[in-house]
Amino acid sequence: MSLPIAPKPALRRFHQARWDEPIVFELHAPGERGVVPSRVEAGVQEAVGDVVTALPASLRRPVAPALPEIGQMRVLKHYLRLSQENLGADLNVDVGQGTCTMKYAPKVNEAIIRTPDLTDLHPLQDTETAQGVLEIVWRTERMLAEISGMSRVSLQTSGGSEAIWANISMIRAYHASRGEGEQRDEVITTIFSHPSNAAAAKMAGYKVITIFPDADGYPDVEALRAAISPRTAAIMVTNPEDTGIYNPRIREWVDLAHSVGALASYDQANANGILGITRARDAGFDVCHFNLHKTFGTPHGCGGPGSGANAVSEALVPFLPGPVVEKVGDRYVLDGDRPQSIGSVAPFYGVIPNIVRTYAWIRALGAPGLRAVAETAVLNNNYLMKRILEIPGASAPYATGRRRIEQVRYSWQELFEETGISSEEIGIRAADFGMHYWTSHHPYVVPQPFTLEPTESYSMAELDEYAAVLAEVAREARETPDVVRTAPHNQTVHHTHHDDLDDPERWAVTWRAYQRKYFGAGAGAAAAAGVAAVEASVSEGAAA
Amino acid sequence: MSVGLVVNPLAGIGGPAGLAGSDGAAVQREALRRGGRPRASSRAVEALRVLAAAHPGAEVLTAAGAMGEDAVREAGLVPRVVYSALASAAASTSTSPDDTARAASALHGAGATLVLFAGGDGTARDVARGLPSGVPVLGIPAGVKMYSGCFAVGPAAAGALAASWTDGTLPTVEAEVLDLDEERLRAGRPDPRLFALVPVPSAPGRTQARKAATPASEREAVHRAATGAAARMLPGVRYLLGPGGTTAELGRVLGLDTTPLGVDVVEDGRLVARDVTADQALAAVDGRPAQAVVTVIGGQGFVLGRGNQQLSPRVVAALGPHPLLVVATEQKLIDLAGRPLLVDTGDPALDARLAGHLTVVTGPATASIYPVSAATAAPIEGDPECV
Repeated sequence: MSLPIAPKPALRRFHQARWDEPIVFELHAPGERGVVPSRVEAGVQEAVGDVVTALPASLRRPVAPALPEIGQMRVLKHYLRLSQENLGADLNVDVGQGTCTMKYAPKVNEAIIRTPDLTDLHPLQDTETAQGVLEIVWRTERMLAEISGMSRVSLQTSGGSEAIWANISMIRAYHASRGEGEQRDEVITTIFSHPSNAAAAKMAGYKVITIFPDADGYPDVEALRAAISPRTAAIMVTNPEDTGIYNPRIREWVDLAHSVGALASYDQANANGILGITRARDAGFDVCHFNLHKTFGTPHGCGGPGSGANAVSEALVPFLPGPVVEKVGDRYVLDGDRPQSIGSVAPFYGVIPNIVRTYAWIRALGAPGLRAVAETAVLNNNYLMKRILEIPGASAPYATGRRRIEQVRYSWQELFEETGISSEEIGIRAADFGMHYWTSHHPYVVPQPFTLEPTESYSMAELDEYAAVLAEVAREARETPDVVRTAPHNQTVHHTHHDDLDDPERWAVTWRAYQRKYFGAGAGAAAAAGVAAVEASVSEGAAA
Repeated sequence: MSVGLVVNPLAGIGGPAGLAGSDGAAVQREALRRGGRPRASSRAVEALRVLAAAHPGAEVLTAAGAMGEDAVREAGLVPRVVYSALASAAASTSTSPDDTARAASALHGAGATLVLFAGGDGTARDVARGLPSGVPVLGIPAGVKMYSGCFAVGPAAAGALAASWTDGTLPTVEAEVLDLDEERLRAGRPDPRLFALVPVPSAPGRTQARKAATPASEREAVHRAATGAAARMLPGVRYLLGPGGTTAELGRVLGLDTTPLGVDVVEDGRLVARDVTADQALAAVDGRPAQAVVTVIGGQGFVLGRGNQQLSPRVVAALGPHPLLVVATEQKLIDLAGRPLLVDTGDPALDARLAGHLTVVTGPATASIYPVSAATAAPIEGDPECV
């Protein structure tokens, strides 16, 4: 007897939805409305008067915005269809986004941040009326201080690179306060630290010295010895590095920096493998940062606003970005009067919804739960590494044969030399199986790189599925390379034209620019018609 | 975009036979006697099959018989023969370096916009010799020595690059053609020279030592490194600008008419002397504050002793306690895959003194601290088939 439901194949026959959905502006249908408000009753109108002219001129638009006019149901369909043309973290086994894997962001926390208690808040309202959220910020700061071993935390930054920028800005201010600002003009980093460290240091005016791994694949302490001098302002390192290798001599690195009066800055954006196991301050670091969206279960990048946390030792507390939340008696206040502060690096007090999500995430897990997160993330990673290294043509260069912490930067170099199929091509083909895949930051230090990071969120079955996809694509690279070379086959978009991205003349990041650059100056007629219709409806409303 | 192919039928024959190369009729006879088998033609077929998959039935300009025609046919493509070796195609064991150069020239003359060649450094040198400067070339690695940067990482990668070239979509980057004197190599004293800088089609990861994000970003990286070196040049110091693509860019940054393949003397933004010998260099720096500006030459990581022999041990010793200003893109260091930079001045004591860590200038505000070893102390790694 045949089964009523066919058994599913081992590898998914994924196919992305194709809706050929127009751009939302192209859906513009003059006169259509999402909401048609009721006419104001005569008595109300009389009592209130002319609302529009009562508004200050600075708040009034002389011309209505040229927004598309569309019915509610059509708008809903539009965005649902777009979401189906996406390969989001809630759909795929997202471990291929190594260093930036989306761990599961618990949905219960979405319910919390959507309560009117939070959504109705305004950053400029009297803090006396926002005591609850300030208490959450204050408490989250203390929990992150405990997790890092540091003295104080600022949650103001809205992303990892911004947090790194705050780190180097505090370091610069610290040296300047001691009269050593001119003397210390160099920052040392490693080639496998996140490149934002080198970038932020350069932005801050420092010369950047990069250290390559030693013969065993570990950060080269002898090179550091050769590099440090009284000109060194700081070492800025990620640990574990992007290879997933933990620097076993990290204490020596910090001590070397301190021996010449430099500070030690720790990029802990991704602390998935070390939560509750090591602490930055215990290793002697002066400053570190976390990305709430990599470690603490909040949305991330294009999936939502990022959020950073800067944690510092006592000596750097005066330089923290601000304002900071202080507890005075049983009240929470904002302290913006901190003369040595590097000032605001982001608007207001940080990305409040993410701080609330982080607070909820940490409180739900507790200290033993945080440690379990790290242990599971490391176990998942080393299990996946074993499965990946079983695939002929895949390797894990540097510190070969050693365990890794929370991620691994692998290489397809052997497969590439054998077949001519590159890591990028493998990644494009992996999408045909419904899997996201990423190579590496530039420069590609590991040849033909790919970076996998399972975090604690993914099950053994999902890790097996991901490894099976890569094994299949590697087999295809050998046996049917054209299938890989001409991929993707199951996606809505084939190859994108990168040339357009390199040419400012062809960038069109707004509807108006798209009209102007691709259809000429006179082609804004449709949009202009929209403006006229909206204007007409606004004046009708005003007259009503 | 027409592709031309020239195969050096004898390339690689001396490698497995342990002869450190295949140059010269006597070595080739000895290689055959020891059981050496030419592999260039089969490597070319491997590459052309990838081209054929993308462009079935495409015409390839080539030389007669074993110098390309056979490989084109075997890969299922259509040869258009534009050159015949004098000794006739049948006598495949008697082609000469001049045949390679003449074939390359004929391919260019017949309209090839890219000259593919199968061979090693010697073949690369002969191809470059036969072409006017600026004609793109790409090596299918098949030789014994491959110090040059103009080779694809493997035959399949070469074929994929040729296919993209045919589509008309690939930019080029500059690569070095290096060759060393095999007799001296057999005597334990490698002495490669930089013969030419040639354009090579580039796609990320498909050419040796070419893994930058885009060729444009790589050219920009060379420029940034050169600008960084220029910013570190001090007044009143005499600089010996060594050969290489990055030091040539430094010459352009300084606005000087320097020699890309030679050593030039520069002081206070002026060109004091061009293309000097070791003795002239020594006379130019003796008793003055001076430094040699050198770059990483070839894929092995040499900063001294390969392609810049004008910087002799006596010259380097005369430069004082900090003899080198090393300038290179970060990518050059990445391409070493963890191996140290190497010095081989010919004076072991000097090499030992230079060993340790070097500052490598990579941009106006960037540098790397990188280990450097005496070449004799470090085994030279590479394609185990080749070195």
